[in-house]
Amino acid sequence: MKLKNSNQSLLQKIGPFIGLIVIVLIFSILEPGFLSMNNLLNVLRQVSFNALIAFGMTFVILTGGIDLSVGSILALTGAVSAGLIASGIDPIFAMLAGLLLGAILGAVNGFIIAKGKVAPFIATLATMTIYRGLTLVYTEGRPISGLGDNAAFQMLGKGYFFGIPVPVVTMLISFGILYFILKKTTFGRRVYAVGGNEEASILSGINTDRIKIYVYSLTGLLSALAALMLTSRLNSAQRRQVKCSNLMRLQLSSSAAPA
Amino acid sequence: MIKMTNISKSFSGNQVLKNVQFSLEPGEIHALMGENGAGKSTLMKILTGIYSRDSGTVEVKGKEVHFTSPKQAEDAGIAVIHQELNILPHLSITDNMFLGNEETFGRSGIIKTKTMEQKTKKALLDLGLDIDPAAPASSLSVGQQQIVEIAKALAVEAEVIVMDEPTAALTDREIDTLFATIRELQGRGVSFIYISHRMEEIFSLCDRITILRDGEYVGDKRIAETSFEEIVQMMVGRELGERFPQRNAAIGDVKLAVKGLSRKDCFEDVSFEIRRGEVLSIAGLMGAGRTEVAQSIFGYKKADSGSVEFDGRAVKIRNPKQAKELGIGYITEDRKSEGLIVDFTVEENVSLTNFSAISKNGLISKKKERSLYDSMVKRLGIRTSGPEQTAKSLSGGNQQKVVIAKWLGIAPELLILDEPTRGVDVGAKKEIYSIINELAERGVAILMISSELPEVIGMADRVLVMHEGKVAADLPKAEMTQERIMHFAAGGGNHEVKEQ
Ligand SMILES: Nc1ncnc2c1ncn2[C@@H]1O[C@H](COP(=O)(O)OP(=O)(O)OP(=O)(O)O)[C@@H](O)[C@H]1O
Ligand SMILES: [Mg+2]
Repeated sequence: MKLKNSNQSLLQKIGPFIGLIVIVLIFSILEPGFLSMNNLLNVLRQVSFNALIAFGMTFVILTGGIDLSVGSILALTGAVSAGLIASGIDPIFAMLAGLLLGAILGAVNGFIIAKGKVAPFIATLATMTIYRGLTLVYTEGRPISGLGDNAAFQMLGKGYFFGIPVPVVTMLISFGILYFILKKTTFGRRVYAVGGNEEASILSGINTDRIKIYVYSLTGLLSALAALMLTSRLNSAQRRQVKCSNLMRLQLSSSAAPA
Repeated sequence: MIKMTNISKSFSGNQVLKNVQFSLEPGEIHALMGENGAGKSTLMKILTGIYSRDSGTVEVKGKEVHFTSPKQAEDAGIAVIHQELNILPHLSITDNMFLGNEETFGRSGIIKTKTMEQKTKKALLDLGLDIDPAAPASSLSVGQQQIVEIAKALAVEAEVIVMDEPTAALTDREIDTLFATIRELQGRGVSFIYISHRMEEIFSLCDRITILRDGEYVGDKRIAETSFEEIVQMMVGRELGERFPQRNAAIGDVKLAVKGLSRKDCFEDVSFEIRRGEVLSIAGLMGAGRTEVAQSIFGYKKADSGSVEFDGRAVKIRNPKQAKELGIGYITEDRKSEGLIVDFTVEENVSLTNFSAISKNGLISKKKERSLYDSMVKRLGIRTSGPEQTAKSLSGGNQQKVVIAKWLGIAPELLILDEPTRGVDVGAKKEIYSIINELAERGVAILMISSELPEVIGMADRVLVMHEGKVAADLPKAEMTQERIMHFAAGGGNHEVKEQ
C-alpha cells in the first residue's frame, strides 16, 4: 500500500534498520558471543512478548489512537489465567479464558473511546489504572505460583519448535496473520481509513465505531497472549510482573514500532 | 509587475508545465484559466515559492527572484489564497487569521488577543461575515472558512494578490461583496491574479485572461476583446457545444418524501418529494441549511423531528451506512475533509464505498479493485498519473471527480450531490451534467444542492429555495429565473416577486 510512506525519503524508511545494524555490530565487537545462534534466539525470545503487543498497537495507532493500558491488561490477564490454573482448572480452559478476558478488556477500551467519545489517551490512562487495581485485588499483592506441568501451557513460554523457542514461532505466525489482515482485507483497509480521515470514512458508510472497538479488542487479545507466554516462561504470575519501568518500556517500544 | 517566462516543472517525471509564460500589469485583474490539471495552481505555487521551478525565470518589478518560501513572496508583496483551504480547525478564527503574524506585546511573545480579535471581527465584517472571532474555526462552514482565508490574504498589505478559486464555496451574495472589495483594492493600485472556473465571474471582474492547456501556454486576451466561446475553445481545444446537455428522463413514482424535517438552529419544517428520474435542486444562500438537510437525510446528523419515506415506506436512517444500504449516495460538499482520504491513493479512495463489490469474505480482490478503478477513471475522465497517485496530489477538479466516482460505484437509487461541480472546469462540468442526466434517465432520483444559479436553472426539473432554514419556494421548471430564485433566497415574500 502506498499510503503515507510515499513521501518518505529512503533514509527515513531504512533509518531504523541502519540503527539496528550498528547496534548489532557494536555488541558483536564488545561481546563475541553476541552473534551466536543461541544468544540470537534468546534475544528474539525476549522481544517476542513486546512484539506481540507492538503488533496490536500498530493497529491502534493506525486508527489515530493510543493504548496505554496494554501493560495492565497483560498483568491482569496473566494473573487471572495463572489463578485459574493454580486453582486446578484445566489449563487449556484457563488460557482461553485469559485470551477472552484480554479481548474483553480491550473492547471496553474501544467502547469508551468510540461510543463515549473519550480521547484514547485519557480513556486508556483511566483503564490502565483500573486494570492495575483489579490485578492487585485479585492477587492480593502476592505472586501466584504452583502452575503445574500441563504440557501445552509449559510449551507456550518455554518450549522449542525445531530448535526455535515457541514464543518466537508464535510471534512470527502472529506477524504473518496480522500483516495479511492489514494489507489484504477490508478490515485492514478500514483501519487505515479511520486514521486517515474519520469523517470521510463515516460518510463513506464505514462503521468507524465498530472498527475502533475491534482494534482495541485485538490489542487486548494480543496483550493477553503475551501475558500467557510470559506467565508460562516465569512459571508464575506477579502483580509486579509489569513493574513501572517495564511498563514504560512496553509502551515506548509499542509506540515506536509502526513509525 | 510580474513576468514569468519559460517556466517548466515536472513531478517525478510527469511534466505538468512546459515553457509557460505569464505577465501581470500593475493594477490589473488578470484571470488564469484552464482545465482541471492544466497547471494553474502549480504555476502560482512556483510564483510564490512553494514549488521550485525546473527552468525559466520569474521577475517581480523587473528584478529576477528566487523565492524559496511563501514567506519571502509575502515580504515581496505577494499574498496568496490557496485553492485548498488551510484552516486549522481547533484554533479560533482569530488565531487562524493571524497565524504566523501574531501581534504581541513588544517582543515578549505574549499575544494581544483582544486587539487581534477586534481586527478579525472588522476584517470579516468588511466581507459581510458577522461572527464571533473567538469561536473555533471548526464551527465555520466551508464558505465561511473561505471568507476567513480571503480576509487573511487581504490583511497583509500586498501589492499582488493571487486568488486560486476563491469563490468556489461562496454564494452570490458573498461573491458580490468580495468583488466590491477587489475593485476597491484595484482602485488603490493592487493587482490580482484570479483563478476560477466560473465564466460569468471572469467576464464581470477581470481585465485580461491567460489560458493554459495541458501545462502549456495557449494565449492571452483582453476580456473586452474575447468571448465565452473563444475562451472555451482555447481551454478545451475544441468546440464544446451546448453547456447543459439534453435529458430525456421519464419521471416516475415518488422515491423520497421528506415531511416536516426539523433540527434546532439549522432548519425547520422542511418537506419535499423527489421522484424517480427527477432532478430536484436546492438553492439558497450560505447558511440557509441546505447541506444540513442533506446530512440528516443521509443519517450523518440526526434531525430532531420529521419523517422520511423511501419508496413509500417510512425509514429511520441512523447513520450513513444504513443510507448506503438503502441505495443513497452522498457526494459531499467539502472534498478534502469529508469526501477524500487525502493520503490514500486514488484507487483506495474509490474503493472506500465499494468494499462489497471488490471483496469476498472480507478479502480484497486486487483485480476487482483495479478494474473498478479503471472503469471509473474512464467513465469520468479522471486525470491521474496512475492508480497509485495520492489523492492529495491531484488537481482540485480531479479530486472532485474521485469523490463522484466513489458513489457511482454503488449504483445509487437516490444520489445527493452537494455542490458537485465546485472547482470543476467547463468541459468536466458538462461531463458531470451528462452523468447526472444518464443516472436520471435510468430512474435515479437526484437531489442537487448548488450555489451556481445557471447550473440550477440548466439542470433542475424543480428547485427548492431555502431561506434561513425554511423552504421559501418550490418552483417548477417554467417558473425558474435567476431573479425569482434570488428573491426567495434573500427572504423576499411571495407577493413581491417582480417578473422580468
Ligand atoms: N505535488 C504534486 N505531485 C505530483 N503531481 C502533482 C503535484 N501537484 C500537482 N500535480 C499534478 O500537476 C498537474 C497540474 O495540477 P494543478 O493543481 O496545477 O492543476 P490546476 O490547473 O490548478 O487544476 P484545477 O483547476 O483542478 O485546480 C495535475 O495533473 C496534478 O496531478
Ligand atoms: Mg488548481
